[in-house]
Amino acid sequence: MAIAPPSERIWWREPIARIELIWIVIGFSWGLVMFFTMVFWHSVGEQNLSNEAYKTTPEKFQAKVTEMVEQYTVRDEAGIPVVRPPAGSDVYMLGRLWQWYPLLELEKNQSYRLHLASMDYQHGFSLQPVNLNISVHPGYDMVMTITPTDSGEFTIVCNEFCGIGHHLMIGKIFVVE
Amino acid sequence: MATIEQFRTCPTTGLKVHLAAENLIKANAVVAVVFLAVGGLFGLMVALTRWPAVHLLPADWFYLALTAHGLDVLLVWIIFFEVAILYFASAVLLNCRLAAPRVAWVAFALMLIGAVLANITVLQGQSSVMFTSYVPMPAAPNFYLSLIIFAVGALIACFVFFGTLVIAKEEKTYQGSIPLVTFGAMTAAIIAVFTLAAGAIILVPTWLWSIGYISDIDPLTYKLVWWAMGHSSQQINVSAHVAVWYAIAAIVLGAKPISEKVSRSAFLLYILFLQLASAHHLLAEPGISSEWKIFNTSYMMYLAVLGSMIHGLTVPGAIEAAQRRRGLTNGIFEWLRKAPWGNPAFAGMFLSLVMFGFLGGITGVVLGTEQLNLLMHNTLYVPGHFHGTVVAGTTLAFMSVTYLVIPLIFRRDLVLKKVAQIQPYLFGIGAGGISLFMMGAGTLGVARRHWDIGFADAVLRFEYPEVAILMLGLNGICAVLASLGGISYVVVVVGSVLFGKKMGESKLAAPVAPVTSTAGVVGEYGNAGTLKLPGTIVLVSVFMMAFILYYVVNWKYLSEIWPLR
Repeated sequence: MAIAPPSERIWWREPIARIELIWIVIGFSWGLVMFFTMVFWHSVGEQNLSNEAYKTTPEKFQAKVTEMVEQYTVRDEAGIPVVRPPAGSDVYMLGRLWQWYPLLELEKNQSYRLHLASMDYQHGFSLQPVNLNISVHPGYDMVMTITPTDSGEFTIVCNEFCGIGHHLMIGKIFVVE
Repeated sequence: MATIEQFRTCPTTGLKVHLAAENLIKANAVVAVVFLAVGGLFGLMVALTRWPAVHLLPADWFYLALTAHGLDVLLVWIIFFEVAILYFASAVLLNCRLAAPRVAWVAFALMLIGAVLANITVLQGQSSVMFTSYVPMPAAPNFYLSLIIFAVGALIACFVFFGTLVIAKEEKTYQGSIPLVTFGAMTAAIIAVFTLAAGAIILVPTWLWSIGYISDIDPLTYKLVWWAMGHSSQQINVSAHVAVWYAIAAIVLGAKPISEKVSRSAFLLYILFLQLASAHHLLAEPGISSEWKIFNTSYMMYLAVLGSMIHGLTVPGAIEAAQRRRGLTNGIFEWLRKAPWGNPAFAGMFLSLVMFGFLGGITGVVLGTEQLNLLMHNTLYVPGHFHGTVVAGTTLAFMSVTYLVIPLIFRRDLVLKKVAQIQPYLFGIGAGGISLFMMGAGTLGVARRHWDIGFADAVLRFEYPEVAILMLGLNGICAVLASLGGISYVVVVVGSVLFGKKMGESKLAAPVAPVTSTAGVVGEYGNAGTLKLPGTIVLVSVFMMAFILYYVVNWKYLSEIWPLR
């Protein structure tokens, strides 16, 4: 029994039962398949998280955001500026207690280099209803190229706990034709 | 040296029990159950707040309750119970005295002080930082200090366990190799040492930071090292609850491992590849390369997953072999149909096995795949996954083994046997539902650790899909079911320990000679005479198909979202 010492003292010489051997081979092969799928997706898949990131500070990142807001603001929603940067350009969005800033207006099927950073605690960039979820850290400027393929209003929920106002933290990306 | 008076022989099993070990097992198990009750209550309040129609707590209390829930059940309940398992698997199963009982009591005291201090600190309200306490969000200094004190106590308990293994070998209290269950417990203890060391490496500087001696802690570094504790400790739970599965199958059905070599190697895989778990939490982080993420979440072949898949075959295989030996050989599933489903230890164990694999296991691998993580990172899918592993898996397994520990260690008959019989089903269905419905809501995007998914007070408007709201309602109902199961458990355990009929007082026995103890002689292995295990083959085939299907479906889903590079 499993609660008593093995009856065969030299248990490591015991042959492996056939059923176990087959299962081990299946499990091991499946592990290899899952490993190579991740590698494979980097060459054929279109959804891979960027490896590009830079060290930054809240002041430096804030300056980039302010510059973009001053240059490209087209309107506002509930007092928050909506920014429409040119297609293909660098776009900055910051997370802070408890706001995503600014709101963005992007063109459908155009690519943008989106920069994300936090001004204070960690935040979670959760784009809905696309369901794309990325961590946002203070001190790191993460750069990824996104291409909106649907038009409409998309919401960014914060999904990393960031204090008592966490549930108030909503941002928007408007995608236009 | 052990003297005659320090032992008794259990009249039921013939195991020789060291009285100091017995008292320590009792103390650790009782404290574990108390904290399960406290933490479970916090959990119920969390689930009822998430249920939009109820929305029980205000925001500050919700985040406080969620922090306390994580601490009390994930850390305090589980580790206290694991210490009891370590002492049981060493001193009791090896017919040995426990090493340094006084030191073990010091460990117990430190863990208790840490646990109580952690609860007081959280209830003071300045430490609602969640179980993960990511910097730079600060908690009160005592929050980190209490965790450090608790971890030191747990580390000492691990060394008491290792000491007991050494004594058992020196005093030749068993023959040959240690039993498989003890081997599994040893795996858990080895991982625990690594885990607690990682905890110290990150919590000590964080504590110093909280009292002003360190100016800054990098949030990414914190996450990397914290998860070397946070997720590796789940590997302790897996090792411990798999050991419990083997123990229950052995005690209730006399099941023997199909082969010792395979089962033991599978435990070794946990030790060698446990680091996989830490990297899973960094898949959506900036500044870490894809190569690092892919390699460190798989080591190219997912051998820790293979370890669990092996146990997923060998545990039901051992049960099937034992049942077939008893003559239940008709068809593919007579052995399972006529299993002792009325015995709460067996019923809970089997439910734990099935739900750990299907709900916790498969989803954990999907969640830990570099690109697929983008779909669910930090959504309710994450707590959904780990309620499948830690609640439906570990907690249910630990509850089940309690029904064997009460007669063996507390020497009491179970009270309210009918309640005990339905308890694993009530708790199992509740926990399984919690896991399933949170994962459902997470798949639809609902954020974890979020007080108001209706966003009533937010400046901008947003609504999750209706179905997600429904899922959270069902999650609330399942939480109520699981709580009823939890309350039944506490009532039966406390009732039995205090009021259960005392079982025949065993006489103090002379130290049992190792050869004549039950530990000495056992029969052949599970595969001898019953090489065919068709029922187990069907079970693992269904599992494999579900695994592959679910994996592929998630890649399909990923391929449909916005291109991202």
